[in-house]
Amino acid sequence: MPFNLLVLSCLLYVAFLFAVAFVVERRAARGRLGWLRSPLVYTLSLSIYCTAWTFYGAVGYAARSGLEFLTIYFGPTLVFIGWWWLLRKLVRIGRQYHVTSIADLISSRYGKSNLLGVIVTLIAVIAATPYIALQLQSVVLSFGVFASAAPDGSRPLDPGQTAVWVAVGLAFFTILFGTRNLDAREQHHGIVTAIAVEAVVKLVALLAVGSFVVWGIAGGVADVIARIDAADLSAWQVEPGRWTGLIFLSAAAVITLPRMFQVMVVENEDEGHLARASWAFPLYLMAMSLFIVPIAVVGLERMPAGSNPDMFVLTLPLAEGQGALAMLVFLGGFSSATSMVIVESIALATMISNHVMIPLWLRLRPGAAAADDLRSVVLMARRLAIAVVLALGYGYYHVSGGSAALAAIGLIAFLGVAQVLPAMLGGIFWRGATRTGAFLGLVTGLVVWAYTSFLPSFGPGAALSQAIFADGLFGLSWLRPQALFGTQAMDPITHALFWSLALNVLAFCLGSLFTFPGPVERLQGAAFVNVFEGAVGPQRWARGQVDPEALLGMAQRILGEETALSFFQAAARAQGKEGFLPDPTPTFLDQLETRLSGSVGAATAHAMISQLVGRATVTVEDLMAVASESAQLLEYSAQLEAREAELTRTAGALREANEKLTQLSLQKDAFLSQISHELRTPMTSIRAFSEILTEGDLPPESVVRYGKIIHDEAKRLTRLLDDLLDLSVLENGSVQLNLGLASLQGMLDTALTAARQTRPDREFLVIRDLPSEAIYLKTDADRLTQVFINLISNARKYCDAARPELRIVVRQRAGRVTVDFIDNGKGIPKDSQTLIFEKFARLTDANRAGGAGLGLAICREIMTNLGGAVAYLPGQKGAAFRVTLPLRLERQAA
Amino acid sequence: MRRPKPPLFLARAPYRRRRLRDAARLLPVVGIFLLLLPLLWTQDSRMALRSGDVIYFFLVWVGLIGVAAAFAAGLRGGDGTDDEED
Repeated sequence: MPFNLLVLSCLLYVAFLFAVAFVVERRAARGRLGWLRSPLVYTLSLSIYCTAWTFYGAVGYAARSGLEFLTIYFGPTLVFIGWWWLLRKLVRIGRQYHVTSIADLISSRYGKSNLLGVIVTLIAVIAATPYIALQLQSVVLSFGVFASAAPDGSRPLDPGQTAVWVAVGLAFFTILFGTRNLDAREQHHGIVTAIAVEAVVKLVALLAVGSFVVWGIAGGVADVIARIDAADLSAWQVEPGRWTGLIFLSAAAVITLPRMFQVMVVENEDEGHLARASWAFPLYLMAMSLFIVPIAVVGLERMPAGSNPDMFVLTLPLAEGQGALAMLVFLGGFSSATSMVIVESIALATMISNHVMIPLWLRLRPGAAAADDLRSVVLMARRLAIAVVLALGYGYYHVSGGSAALAAIGLIAFLGVAQVLPAMLGGIFWRGATRTGAFLGLVTGLVVWAYTSFLPSFGPGAALSQAIFADGLFGLSWLRPQALFGTQAMDPITHALFWSLALNVLAFCLGSLFTFPGPVERLQGAAFVNVFEGAVGPQRWARGQVDPEALLGMAQRILGEETALSFFQAAARAQGKEGFLPDPTPTFLDQLETRLSGSVGAATAHAMISQLVGRATVTVEDLMAVASESAQLLEYSAQLEAREAELTRTAGALREANEKLTQLSLQKDAFLSQISHELRTPMTSIRAFSEILTEGDLPPESVVRYGKIIHDEAKRLTRLLDDLLDLSVLENGSVQLNLGLASLQGMLDTALTAARQTRPDREFLVIRDLPSEAIYLKTDADRLTQVFINLISNARKYCDAARPELRIVVRQRAGRVTVDFIDNGKGIPKDSQTLIFEKFARLTDANRAGGAGLGLAICREIMTNLGGAVAYLPGQKGAAFRVTLPLRLERQAA
Repeated sequence: MRRPKPPLFLARAPYRRRRLRDAARLLPVVGIFLLLLPLLWTQDSRMALRSGDVIYFFLVWVGLIGVAAAFAAGLRGGDGTDDEED
């Protein structure tokens, strides 16, 4: 097989994956995922458990230590068929509390402590670095196999260079599809689907080479069985401790590996998928390991002594002259390595950005929560973190030289992440687990793991000196890294597993038993442990004094303008209020926090809201009070509660209506005097001048002048009456609409030209995005233009900035078009925002520029008639109005 | 927190559903037992890898997957809300 062909097919394969991810992202953006959200894709995406370690290493493992490789799959099998115990709860918690990573889970459970998040992130990064290096190494090795098999025997690429290219390519792919947007739930459909495709490729490749070995080289199943019996895999001696320990270790790893947590919990679309995966994923694992033993046995028989058993999957078909099969195997191995690295780096990047970078950034710039666009900062942090993770992996590969047997590194990484297990299980099953306990357990586990397993893995004399290996730390023989407290009988990995987890659990339990948790911690504990028992009674926020507009501003910077506005609008509607600003009730703050934590993690979300709300988190006393209250409440029937909620909503609506009525009544009085004044002024001058005219003998020029005054005043009077008439027609709904297709851009052009007559002396900067305005609407163009003219004139009239600007933003979504008019003035005070659309409402008399305050009222009526709405848009640093209307207005049968 | 007392006895269908959940919880325990069983055979006398061991492990594996698949359909229905738990 020519080496260039190999590189070419590799690039083609990557391009294919790009295309898959891209198409799926497009479909996801349009909300049409269909079968892509099926349990099948979920199960296949779980297969990132099988990395290059499995793909290449399992055969090597089997060749060296017999059936022991099976333990790596038995653990996950047991966890998945026992999903009713643990996974179900984990997935439910993940979905309910918008958990973004395993570090977020731990930090969130223990009172949103960022310190714990940092420790878990640290453990995950330390454990993942060698593992990522391992994947790079496997790709480089498999390239090397082909290169050495090339006819001319030359090496077209040196290994270091290959590794760099692979690392850079992976970083590029991951950044492109892993950090496109800041999702509410941190899901990446494109990547998950690409990984499902890779799962199929690696399974097919392994099955193909297995079938070739069994039926192509050996003479069928019976022959293989005979060969297994004849083979000399004498190294295999089951040690009960190691066998049990490895099953336990792989079971722990499948729950705690950051990448497994990412696909299993974070990317989960539907809890029902877990039920399917509970048997389908073990089935996949079994299919993956079905042919491992035959390949190992036949490989040992056929390949020259001293060849690397880790590469048998690839070298066996090559030696038999099966170029195409070897190609497929190569792509399978490539898939296993790349999918693992992609998901692992996304999971780690989420942790690093949410628990290390963003908190640091907020600490360094305390005002930043309210000042900058946090979304771009978070995304930038993620991209940086992905690059850092891959650079670390490459660095480790470069330094270690990529020599150790694959399985050894894999097990050490498993053991590292397994240190999270006690804090995690304790957190979701035991309400008494506390933050201090978790902290002590994690730190103890990390230290013992590093001392007994991670540092010794570099070999004697590298990280730990020869003396420490032989005589123990400080010369204390019971502190030897591979024989703690004199336990020499165990092999190193079982030894490290035993001591690290035993001391970890001990520290965790003692710490939990002897400390007292804080209120937020207790709330979170109850919420996580009792996740199946419905919502937790007490609120996390006491009723605080906070300006909802400030909350909206902050939410916009994290969730994006549109999402935040619709979230706030929905919340306001649930409270029975109009507009975009709900009351900052504890329930609402809770919902907001959960939503934000989906983007930046629980600890950061909590910290950001507390910045605005101030000290409003609960105390133990509040907890007790709410707890006894809710115990009483529980005695009422569910119906009563529902009715109560209904009543509260109605009361809220009534209160709001009442306030509005009171203000309207005042307005009305004001209006009556105003309208009389408006009508009276022209009337007075008409009467006065007509009296003068009737007296006669005036110079003709005066007659002309007085006549003109009378005419002008009459015109003003007519205009006022026209407006009033117009309004009443619109309000009755008996208006005739003149429907037709019209260009939105054209209407805006007309409106801008027409509105120029208002205060023509002012220089006004208008910011538009012409491509977005190229929309044809079916509506009444004249009426709509009237609304636009009114809004633009208002901006010209009332915007008080020194260099006035008007921004027009057009958006189209789900058959509706929104047009926002945003100026840079000082906006409209909050208490007036609900009034401006009422008749004859005029806020200040400073800028009286004609008109009787009917403009916005007419706009509102027109928009109602056009099937849309016009509303004041808060939180835009200026006065902003949003016009919403349907793309196609259908004529109603009236 | 006090919860309304669940009924003491159940109708046939919910009773079956609960026992199915018990069975689902037991399955991994049975699995552990079966996967650790060979430790008792392969002590001192037998050192080398035998085809019988391979076949035994894969049979257990297939069996566990099959039973889990049979359970999964029944478990998916109930979503484990208050009154369905235990």
